[in-house]
Amino acid sequence: MLLAIDWLLIIEKFVLIVVVVLVALGIAMYSTWAERKVAAVMQDRRGPNRAGPFGLFQPLADGLKLFFKEEIIPNTSNKFLFVLGPMLAMMTAMLTSAVIPWGGKFEIAGRTIDLQIADVNIGILFVFGVVSLGVYGIMIGGWASNNKFSLMAALRAASQMISYELAMGIAIIALMFITGSLRLSVIVEQQMNHTWNIIYQPLGFLIFFICALAECNRTPFDLAEAENELNFGYHQEYSSMKLGFYLFAEYINMFISGVIMSTLFFGGYDIPFINEAAYGNAWWITLLGVGALFTKAIIFVLIFMWIRWTIPRFRYDQLMNLGWKALLPIALVNMLITAAVVLWFNK
Amino acid sequence: MQALTSRAKQVDRKPMSLAEKLYLPAIFKGMAITMSHVFKKKATINYPEQKRPFSPVFRGLHILNRDEEGRERCTACGLCAVACPAEAITMEGAERQPGEEHLYREEKYAAKYEINMLRCIFCGLCEEACPKDAIYLSETFAPSNFNRASFIYGKEELRIPHPKEDPEGYKKALGNRAKNKGRN
Repeated sequence: MLLAIDWLLIIEKFVLIVVVVLVALGIAMYSTWAERKVAAVMQDRRGPNRAGPFGLFQPLADGLKLFFKEEIIPNTSNKFLFVLGPMLAMMTAMLTSAVIPWGGKFEIAGRTIDLQIADVNIGILFVFGVVSLGVYGIMIGGWASNNKFSLMAALRAASQMISYELAMGIAIIALMFITGSLRLSVIVEQQMNHTWNIIYQPLGFLIFFICALAECNRTPFDLAEAENELNFGYHQEYSSMKLGFYLFAEYINMFISGVIMSTLFFGGYDIPFINEAAYGNAWWITLLGVGALFTKAIIFVLIFMWIRWTIPRFRYDQLMNLGWKALLPIALVNMLITAAVVLWFNK
Repeated sequence: MQALTSRAKQVDRKPMSLAEKLYLPAIFKGMAITMSHVFKKKATINYPEQKRPFSPVFRGLHILNRDEEGRERCTACGLCAVACPAEAITMEGAERQPGEEHLYREEKYAAKYEINMLRCIFCGLCEEACPKDAIYLSETFAPSNFNRASFIYGKEELRIPHPKEDPEGYKKALGNRAKNKGRN
């Protein structure tokens, strides 16, 4: 019985999971640093520069500080849900990374190692499912706090997510017409062999990008945490590492949505203007591919930050108007046109 | 309707054009502005390492001046205390004993001289009142402290370094302000 299990596969996947989780955490850590630096340079300031060279140890100092803070659970809160909230937020943020193809294939001792934790045939559906679970972290946290501001924020977050997931989903459907597959590895391979999907779906990408901003609770859609109207919203009652989890989850979400956008629209681990197939399965070209994916994702994260420090927050009715009266119809029209064109060329 | 003032401005209530409704051009414009700030000169400095130059009329912490031979100039006449609008200065005079001529310039000196830095408003009137060139406002500001008592500066804190024993410290403490003022 034991012999029937492919132990090497389990070890290989386990190592891959650990590496992906650690890398995502590291990137989230340094996103906090980058966010402060980006904010600073855009406001003619210097940003963190005391802890280590260029302030590079600042995230470590911040993390240490969060660990040493007093852990407060309000008396009137629902204690089980109060603890569950940040856990859910963190877990769902990490889960999406499971189906993303991080790179090509490695050949080690005659064994081909896929840089994708799970190559499921419903890749995009899985991502969507997990991302919509993410709102539970915010909702449960905000509700369990037993605080009016937090509750308001939880309500806002929930309705915002629902509104924007619709347009996002329809933008993806249009993309599916072109790729013909939900499997993320297939989508990337198609883009490697032909052109990036952004060429076919610029409008779809724009809709997806705006919705991704909303899904990540980033400015101008950060109504759920609205510092100046809701006192930080759903994580107002949180302290210590539970607060850290929420903040971390936000940055991981940002990174993951950057990765998903690069995977869907910008060729994933495809290195632009280079035909990787010509080099075979050389290990260095695979690594370069992983580097290309990370570069693309980090560029998206930086654009997210750039937007945050440019645009003020939407009013709540503006948010709903944009979601239901603008993005959803545009996404529908985009889908119909794509369908017609695909039918016409009988792709 | 007649305008109430000549400064009234007509508000533009035209319906938004398509470009304005799209909102995206405005966003890109805003993003261009924030990006342009990335390349601008920083408005802040690395404070403890870099310091901004003081203006020549800056009035900082007081110094009790000495003459060229290092003798204290103050004669405890009390004019600074009288001039002080915040009543921050207290002093006690004493008579110079024989053998102390190298310490004090004249027959009378300040045995005790205290300025309460919490009361002081750094107006510089003491400096103007002083007939003996004994008090100056220097180019340092009052450092922070943990208790009120340590904001009452005595002679030890106020006295300028000895010009012969510590000429560099003396010059630094004197600053441009005392130097620029014509000696009488």
